[in-house]
Amino acid sequence: MSGLTLALTKGRILDEALPLLERAGIRPLERPGESRKLLLDTDQPGVRLLILRGVDVPTYVQQGAADLGIVGRDLLLEHGGEGLYEPLDLGIARCRLMTAGPVGVPRPAGRIRVATKYAAVARRHYAAQGRQADIVKLWGAMELAPLLGLADEIVDIVDTGRTLRAHGLEPRETIAEVSSRVIVNRAAMKLKHRLVRPLLARLAAAREEGA
Amino acid sequence: MGSDDRWLLPDGIEELLPERARRVELLRRALLDLFDRFGYELVIPPPLEFADSLGALGGRDLEPLTFKVTDQLSGRLLALRPDFTPQTARMDAHSLRREGPTRLCYAGSVLYARPRDPFGSRCPIHAGVELYGEPGLEADLEVLCLLVEALRAVGVEELYLDLGHVGVLRALEGALDLCNDARAELCELLAAKSCELSPWLAARVADSRLAGWLAALPELSGGPETVARARALLAGAPPAVGRALDEIEAVLARLAEAFPGLAVYVDLGELESYHYHTGLVFAAYSPAAHRPLGNGGRYDGIGAHFGRARPATGFTLDLKALIDLIPAGPARGAIYAPPSGDPRLREYVRALRERGERVVQGMPGAPADPRALGCDRVVVARGDGFALEAVERGD
Repeated sequence: MSGLTLALTKGRILDEALPLLERAGIRPLERPGESRKLLLDTDQPGVRLLILRGVDVPTYVQQGAADLGIVGRDLLLEHGGEGLYEPLDLGIARCRLMTAGPVGVPRPAGRIRVATKYAAVARRHYAAQGRQADIVKLWGAMELAPLLGLADEIVDIVDTGRTLRAHGLEPRETIAEVSSRVIVNRAAMKLKHRLVRPLLARLAAAREEGA
Repeated sequence: MGSDDRWLLPDGIEELLPERARRVELLRRALLDLFDRFGYELVIPPPLEFADSLGALGGRDLEPLTFKVTDQLSGRLLALRPDFTPQTARMDAHSLRREGPTRLCYAGSVLYARPRDPFGSRCPIHAGVELYGEPGLEADLEVLCLLVEALRAVGVEELYLDLGHVGVLRALEGALDLCNDARAELCELLAAKSCELSPWLAARVADSRLAGWLAALPELSGGPETVARARALLAGAPPAVGRALDEIEAVLARLAEAFPGLAVYVDLGELESYHYHTGLVFAAYSPAAHRPLGNGGRYDGIGAHFGRARPATGFTLDLKALIDLIPAGPARGAIYAPPSGDPRLREYVRALRERGERVVQGMPGAPADPRALGCDRVVVARGDGFALEAVERGD
């Protein structure tokens, strides 16, 4: 049986996941970011780390290009998680998925315009409230959209709220509490269960140690 | 659509060019011959029928996959089959109306309104068997063993069998006092083996023993030793749970005896087509593929929709997925016959074809290039008659 490939989300999640992985017994042979390599060998024979953009992690795991992944719950909600197992919450990289709008400006009546990179999440959230929302799909700098008249509200992840305040926005509704999760390819869980199950158990133990 | 993209096919709709088409067809024949040797009778259901009839059987699992069109003749809604099983169930319950076990098999195309998984085909070619009228475990064992035999016979080398039993969750779910929306949520959480399951159960299920059993399901997957773990973790659960575990154990014993060394994975939290199945369920995997090569299980009572509930079990294989996992086999030779009006040549060619040879007739005026036509031999005039000569390799 061949080894395991883990897809990690680069950025804050990677920084917080590496110590967890280390406590679970997996150390990359070179520091991610030191070279331009996106596929790293580890001190565990056959275990490789893939460094990806978070939005691509569910796709890699779903398609079996990676056996496991570590990704924010925000991106899983947006992706839908179809065909994936989500057995473990690592409790790292915590933030909130929220709506936000300009300070002191009431939400307009009727149909509103929402700028976000979480189009599916936003559509579901407003529909559940009985509101029709036109979604403006953006890839970044959502905070600018209300300021420049592109949207009435935004849906984005909020950590400290400082970026929102800097752009004259206030957080409104919490859509979901976000932290990073371990996702597993369904076939890998079955065919490689003798590798995957122990790793999940070690990661769960590492999370408890860190807590 | 412009002239530059008029050739495009819709997403998930693909064609099979000669080599792959030939392999799918050989596979289809091999499988149908094998099913025949086990006493399964071939049926050819229509490609579409009234949506009421087709939809009722597939229910929640197949409904979203079903293409629908309006019938110009009756004004009623027609469904293009996403699965053969509902159709064979109708044939068994209504058209055949036999007493005792009925064994049916089929092969052909199905259509999905949306792919089952990203980049998956929307026009797979299925082949499978259904065994009706036999409620006992022997029927499950027959189709399960036939699935393994079929995959081995067509050359799948490394095979993993995934076993589950819908009866476990059914029994636990039956003891729950929840609305339908909550049940759907529970199914989603279980299907994803989600870390949100435990907190969800803590908030919704007052009976802590029941909540504990349900929370254990995602963990109850692994090798054959899983059954013993399940007995310990689900101790005190409704008796149907124990019966389901007994069945899995019996199946494991039979598989170990019939196919020593076969890798088996038990998953009591597997919910694929949970609404459709009623008992033992199974899927065959290969390490080279990320979707099951074939799957099946027990779906008792489905014929009730046609006025006659019958026990039923069966499996389906996906032929397009299968051909990518089995050896291609030796290339097939052919003979090139030059264009000629000579009646003796025509007679010679006829005799070759009668022997089962593949003979390609050259066309007058077309360049005589046997190799381009896939031929390894040519017909040449020799003495009074004709003979075969090997084509020289051009490389």
